[in-house]
Amino acid sequence: MSDAIDLLLNTSLWASVLRIATPLIFGVLGALLCERSGVLNLGIEGIMTMGAMSGWLAVYMGAPLLVGLMIAALCGAAMGLLHAMLTVPLGLSQHVSGLGITLFASALAYYLYRLLVEVGDLPPTIEAFQPLNVPGLSDIPILGPILFSQALPTYLALFAVAAMAYVLARTPLGLAIRMTGENPHAVEAQGLNPIRIRIGAVVAGSALMAVGGAFLTTTAFNSFFPGMVQGRGWICIALVVFASWRPGKALIGAVLFSFFDAYQLRLQTAIEGVPYQLFLMAPYVLSIVALVLVARRAEVPAALMAPYRRGER
Amino acid sequence: MKLTTTRRQLMVGAAATLALPAYVRRVNAQPATRVAGVHMSPVENAWNSRIHIAMQEAADAGLIEYEFSEGVAPTDYPRAMREYAEGGAQIIWGESYAVEREAREVAGDYPDTAFLMGSSGGPEGDNFGVFGTRNHEAAYLAGMLAGQMSESNVFGSVGGYPIPEVNLLINAFRMGVTEVNPEATFVNGFIGAWFDPARAQEAAIAQIDAGADVLFGERIGTADAAQARGVKAIGSLIDYTPRYPGTVFANAIWNYGPTIEAIVADVQAGNPTGRNYTEYSFMAYGGNELIYVADEVPAGAIPAMEAKQAAIQSGEWDVPIDESEPS
Repeated sequence: MSDAIDLLLNTSLWASVLRIATPLIFGVLGALLCERSGVLNLGIEGIMTMGAMSGWLAVYMGAPLLVGLMIAALCGAAMGLLHAMLTVPLGLSQHVSGLGITLFASALAYYLYRLLVEVGDLPPTIEAFQPLNVPGLSDIPILGPILFSQALPTYLALFAVAAMAYVLARTPLGLAIRMTGENPHAVEAQGLNPIRIRIGAVVAGSALMAVGGAFLTTTAFNSFFPGMVQGRGWICIALVVFASWRPGKALIGAVLFSFFDAYQLRLQTAIEGVPYQLFLMAPYVLSIVALVLVARRAEVPAALMAPYRRGER
Repeated sequence: MKLTTTRRQLMVGAAATLALPAYVRRVNAQPATRVAGVHMSPVENAWNSRIHIAMQEAADAGLIEYEFSEGVAPTDYPRAMREYAEGGAQIIWGESYAVEREAREVAGDYPDTAFLMGSSGGPEGDNFGVFGTRNHEAAYLAGMLAGQMSESNVFGSVGGYPIPEVNLLINAFRMGVTEVNPEATFVNGFIGAWFDPARAQEAAIAQIDAGADVLFGERIGTADAAQARGVKAIGSLIDYTPRYPGTVFANAIWNYGPTIEAIVADVQAGNPTGRNYTEYSFMAYGGNELIYVADEVPAGAIPAMEAKQAAIQSGEWDVPIDESEPS
């Protein structure tokens, strides 16, 4: 048992937590932005796959890494636009459209990859983002290896949390987005266009999701595999509820889930005689427990999943 | 001399030219056997890629004609098998782990077609053949090399799921290590996925933190962690050394060619194919092999390994098969 506690003091564990959390942070922020405007985006799993493929492919074809992330964001935005068109002006079921986007985007990513990339027994690689090792700071004991030896996208993710929190809470744009998720009629009465706001939020949110997917292929690993997103998108959907639709709490949720995941991988090697499945399911079980505890007090955006039609009461 | 051609002569000549390839093909005796592969995963999945590449090589050699589908979902799987059977494929290759009952039903409906399935069950009838993945002999030999390369005497391994074919591989690696290094201790992690390199990497980092300095990478991603942390790794199924030079010093390669040749020979001879083709993955048939970088392993470790390899190849000694879940 003392092994299990020793593991908690290992800086490598906490560095691992931030790495595992990065794609989740992008994903959960994206899902949160969509939902704050009133649109559930179940296309996330497919959009992340699309981001993983397109970001990688851009770099593979010669683009710099940051441009790769931007291209991933653009491809994600395109998928988001499709979802937004179906669900906002046309007012179709957000569940059905979202799941459709997931199927479509995953399959399209796979198809494009097949068309454009020659694969032997191992998929081709790119030069991925490397840990930055911030000069001076990364030598600080304990905190250095955890906070200052990450790759650039991890810092972008943390910055995105702050930016999202600021924009939603402190700017007129954020107010408009939040209001559209609560009461789009009131937004219309203010002379703003809730349809445009929702489309914009879904497009921007999807771009963020795609960057989360691209992290997997440009930082965590250097090749693309169809199916490598492995349910991370669905975790993000749950984390949004856990976070009560607030960016700060979303960060906490993503880090908490990643902590359970990183910790269980270590417990598997440290503790014998316990079936590995128990460890493997731990992050999911604990997330559900946390969800149950938190979600009762969660403030759901009042107009979430309610299509807005002009002039309708 | 003046050359004149009538329209009739032109037509006869053209027809003969068009018919020529068919005539040549007929003269070349044994026609290629038509093989259809139904892959559940994308063909770059390490396991599928070994089969896919062996099929392509057999096709290039003129032994078979190969067509395939990939990413076929279990719900679509029997349908894809039927389509190929209706289309006249003589051998249908597939993986029936997730669809045992349905795949066997399809085989029952097409008695004239041979089926060769990666399966956890046994063969059935005259035409449902099965095969298992056996590169454990090479894994054992890799373990013999690795046994003397660790400073911490802790050996790690990262697997997908604890299915028999993964377990016996990791266990064979461990037996090989223990043979030359009785002091060795082992750690293992399963990531609960076949395609999650990021997670395999985190699992490997966890083992390196726990002291492991040689890792057996059943899943891709393991060697990335080894590379980042400056420890050694062993690849499974495919040759990872070109991708991770200086890190992956040995690979337990699986060769599927002997299995293809065996079933094609059965089909051409008209023999029943409802049998177990696993033996063709054994080293005695060239079904698996160890490739390693001699400069990166201790020279003293090689003779013992080579002696063992000769004993395995000659059938004098068998690597024990232990399918229990490694802890």
